Amino acid sequence: MSSYGRRLAGITIATAIVCVAIGLYIGLYLTNVPGSSAATPGPAGVTNLYLGTVPAAETTDPHPDWVSYYVVNRTSTNWQHDTTFVLPANSLVHVTIYQFDGDSGLRNEFLSQATGTVGGGFLLNGKPTLAINPDDASHVFAIPQIGLSVPLEGVPDSAKNPCSNAPCPLSMDHETITFTFRTPGKGLYRWQCFVPCAAGFIQGFGGPMQTVGYMDGFIKVV
Amino acid sequence: MTGGQHFRRIVILWLISSIILTPLVVFVLAPGMPPGNGSVEASGQVTDNTVLLGLATPVALAVLVYFAYACWAFRERDTDAVLDGPAIRGNATVQTWWLVVTTVIVLFLAVFGSVELLKDGAGGGQGPNPIATPAAAKANPPLQVQVIAQQWQFTYRWPGYGGVETQHLELPANTTVEMHVTSLDVIHSFWAYQLGVKADANPGEDNIAYVTTKGPLTFNIHCAELCGVWHGYMFDTGYVVAKPQFASWIATQRVKYAPATKNLVPYSKTYFPDPQRRGG
Repeated sequence: MSSYGRRLAGITIATAIVCVAIGLYIGLYLTNVPGSSAATPGPAGVTNLYLGTVPAAETTDPHPDWVSYYVVNRTSTNWQHDTTFVLPANSLVHVTIYQFDGDSGLRNEFLSQATGTVGGGFLLNGKPTLAINPDDASHVFAIPQIGLSVPLEGVPDSAKNPCSNAPCPLSMDHETITFTFRTPGKGLYRWQCFVPCAAGFIQGFGGPMQTVGYMDGFIKVV
Repeated sequence: MTGGQHFRRIVILWLISSIILTPLVVFVLAPGMPPGNGSVEASGQVTDNTVLLGLATPVALAVLVYFAYACWAFRERDTDAVLDGPAIRGNATVQTWWLVVTTVIVLFLAVFGSVELLKDGAGGGQGPNPIATPAAAKANPPLQVQVIAQQWQFTYRWPGYGGVETQHLELPANTTVEMHVTSLDVIHSFWAYQLGVKADANPGEDNIAYVTTKGPLTFNIHCAELCGVWHGYMFDTGYVVAKPQFASWIATQRVKYAPATKNLVPYSKTYFPDPQRRGG
């Protein structure tokens, strides 16, 4: 083979390798999505969804200092790092959130009021509530496409037994927020937190706030 | 055939195609141009687009006709002997006309665009001190609504209605609205497509845009500035409704959001939210 032929073959092979590498990178990026968890069917057609919010993910997480949502069970003994929740269409979902994080405060006080829930409010540690003090907000669970927004009050700074990293047992200081909402028709809807709760990032809006799998995710309505 | 004969042929072909196609473009295609006729400003934008398209059509046809004619008339018929054409020489007449025509078109567009923009702002954000206030807004105080952008949704605050903030936007028909667009975090852009309104939402800035609504309308709201992971989901649906319906809606919103209204900071043209304890 002439030197020109060898050079041409080399360039062709190198180009093919680069193209395959780029294709693999794109393919892996597109298919590498956070896991999903199905909610628990309950009586009378109501589905139960248990969530936990923590100041920091598990110590084994790629980002062990990032604030995050988790899917948990009713007794908070089983924690799954999933932020895609599979829910049935056009049905009532009863959500319980065990909130272990401290407060950060809202940038928009408007979000201190719950909207889009059945009955218009929520239960904060069993007490019917419409709105909280905006400065006491730790997180928000919001699905803007369906107008759902519920503020989550933070654990007080004076808490004696706060939890730092997931998983957090119910014996540690936490707030319990419960509410019910009706799911829309089938589809993929995003949910997000509206509190600037990403410690160490500009205005608290980087890292876990900009990464699906921590303070953002989807509800997959089926 | 001489160069002059070719030139005459091209001019005739261009004139014929322009006379046929320009009216078709202006009267048939242009009325359907975006963003439609959802507001006075949107209609104005359709008019502007019609004028631009009407001017651009003969210009585009001149290029296309010349290109097609050159392909046909100057093609190499003897494929065995591909020869270069004669060298191009300067032509003072052509150059003069070229400069005159393009200068006139560009200057006309500059003047036309400026006049249209200064008439009513054309639905664009004008910053905190608008210089193109619509005549209707000068005659009567316009309805004021503040558009608040944040990652990743728009909310709307109504200084004329107790400072209530709402999740969605409804506007009364046949009303001039003064929109104060701002942001609580990063740069967004409020784009109410069918209303012909587009204004940047910058943190700490009061960007004013005017719109005069027409009849009932459903319009799409999008963020038009890449603003983070959920930018593509930052949309909403707005409505223009009859005035009595709007009065009823805003009254309902005041009751519905009374708990949140108590928590809101006093109405302001801009906000510098606090606390930011978690921020770095």
